[in-house]
Amino acid sequence: MLKVKDLHASINGKEILKGINLEVKAGEIHAIMGPNGSGKSTLSAVLAGKEIFEVTHGEIEFNGKNLLELSPEERSREGIFLSFQYPIEIPGVSMVNFMKTALNEHRKHKGLDPVTASDFLKLMRERKELVEIDSALTNRAVNEGFSGGEKKKNEIFQMAMLEPKLAILDETDSGLDIDALRIVANGVNKLKRSDNATIVITHYQRLLDYIVPDFVHILYNGQIVKTGGKELALELEEKGYDWIKNGEQN
Amino acid sequence: MNQKSTAISSKESLISLYLDNLDLIKENSAETLNSARQSAIENFKLLGFPSAKNEKYKYIKVEPFFQKEFEKYFTPRCISFKIDDIFRCDIPSLDTHLALVLNGFFLPNKSMLVELDNGVIMGSLAEASKKYPNVVGKYYNSLASNEEDGLVALNTAFSQDGVFIYIPKGVVLERPIQIINLLMSDENQMVQYRNLIVADENAQASIAICDHTLSPSEFLTNVVTEVFTNKGANLDVVSMQNQHNESTQFSHVFAKQERDSVLSTNTVSLHGGVIRNNVHVLLNDEGCENHTYGLALVDRNQHIDMYSFIDHAKPNCTSNELYKALLDDQATGAFNGRILVRRDAQKTQAFQSNNNLLLTADAKMYTKPQLEIYADDVKCSHGATVGQLDMEAKFYMQARGIGEREAKLLLMFGFAHDVVKTIKIEPLRERIDDLVNRRLRGELSRCHNCPMHCC
Repeated sequence: MLKVKDLHASINGKEILKGINLEVKAGEIHAIMGPNGSGKSTLSAVLAGKEIFEVTHGEIEFNGKNLLELSPEERSREGIFLSFQYPIEIPGVSMVNFMKTALNEHRKHKGLDPVTASDFLKLMRERKELVEIDSALTNRAVNEGFSGGEKKKNEIFQMAMLEPKLAILDETDSGLDIDALRIVANGVNKLKRSDNATIVITHYQRLLDYIVPDFVHILYNGQIVKTGGKELALELEEKGYDWIKNGEQN
Repeated sequence: MNQKSTAISSKESLISLYLDNLDLIKENSAETLNSARQSAIENFKLLGFPSAKNEKYKYIKVEPFFQKEFEKYFTPRCISFKIDDIFRCDIPSLDTHLALVLNGFFLPNKSMLVELDNGVIMGSLAEASKKYPNVVGKYYNSLASNEEDGLVALNTAFSQDGVFIYIPKGVVLERPIQIINLLMSDENQMVQYRNLIVADENAQASIAICDHTLSPSEFLTNVVTEVFTNKGANLDVVSMQNQHNESTQFSHVFAKQERDSVLSTNTVSLHGGVIRNNVHVLLNDEGCENHTYGLALVDRNQHIDMYSFIDHAKPNCTSNELYKALLDDQATGAFNGRILVRRDAQKTQAFQSNNNLLLTADAKMYTKPQLEIYADDVKCSHGATVGQLDMEAKFYMQARGIGEREAKLLLMFGFAHDVVKTIKIEPLRERIDDLVNRRLRGELSRCHNCPMHCC
């Protein structure tokens, strides 16, 4: 589904990603872990198409398409979903209007007619239950005045509405209490199918108790330095990132 | 018989225009209005047009607009068309009491003055002042600042008619009143008229005022509206300005609030060549609540000039101001908002906010919030921002599949909606949301069903 080959990316001339190789197949869950500043969020932003990052070398192929040639909106319509670490507040734009516009753009891309008002409301109701999001929230402006937990739930709600092929969860666990974490993880697990894939970017092993990965990659200094199964996360939790950092030096 | 004069409208020629046509002006008006003219023209002689030295008018040169050649009529012209044929307001679910003004003169549907069963009076100001000289005389020209602003004095000297609305004591008007000001002429025309709105004790009403141009000629409008909310009254006034690029409008609203009254004004400038909106509010007794809102969408070479003055003269009043402008292309705008809290106006709460969005590097906005506080136990705040579209928010929407153009439009719409959402009349609010949306898309700058191309 996703093939990243020797990806280099920089911001303002400073190289952040220094040769990433990653392959994600349908049905898989990959976790990317790493210390602060290792390039985790840059990787997710580059995958989603954020323009301030310049890809200087390498390829990204997504379902046979060259991802680097696509605009952020085209990537989304092709099935990539980025759950933001810091979801943006958009005052004045209602959740309903926002979600309906997004959904219809996706439908248009697939050659489908715009969703009817009643079908849309039905879908909203259904997907809201999935993430146990308060109904009142979807009547408000996008993320405006939402608590940290509500914002993260809202990301997963949007994911449920758009049903992506590849979901990238960027630090979705940060700022969540244990109950909210469980709800968010539950939502992700319910959306899991054999024809979609998930990349979970996280600092801590905690989230991986709930979303169990098939692969764990350790990102350090712009490169994936270690890949293993879910037990790698436990090992990392136990030994700390110094283990990786020191390992580099040896 | 129609009488007209062609005037080169500088100060001197306006004064001689006044003197030459005084008989005609008076004949087609009423005693209350006529009795205010002499001192008003004297004031205008003294004041002239506001110049750039006048802090209030720093970003707009007034006089050049009056130097152009305009026709000026002092009698209403005969109307040979049925108004329904050319103008149908496109707010289908807005069931209103409708009043039409054509080029500054009230346009009667059946009669010049309508009196509803509950005592509400609406119609021609001139006619009302003949029939109810005591009511009109009590309020007319008692608020307008003829001694301070040459344009207001000029209006008082020339105004012959306009709309009069009176809501009697205790009457709650369910249906909104809608005033539609139409400008239509084959020639370039200058129009000056006057509105007077009185909500008596504990009365409640909503008023929507729509300004339209129906022909492509150049128009110069100078209009004064005086609004009185008496003790316990609750009045909601929404103005929508939708005029073409060759139109210039100077609008002066003067409002006075008495004890425990509530007044909301919301001015939405959808389209217009040059627009100057002055709102003066005097909080004249305790317990008043005032909301003053403004939204302007300007592009190309348009200019919007917004001025507000909230005078907290008495204690325990609240005022809340929000002005927003969205400027595209080479458009320019100015906001000058003054809040005055007088010495004995303790426990005042006054808030003012002005936010502006510049869509291009060439668009310009000047903003000047002013707070003058002479009392010591008050809660006041003011703030102004000038910024660009939020790129993070744009990316967020794109990451959800929303195209770049659509994302920008949603952001602009969201920005404008902050002001529109304060409109209490629901069909009107939805309608204005829709107009704003289409205005931003460049699809429309006129009402949907109206066959005339205003803009």
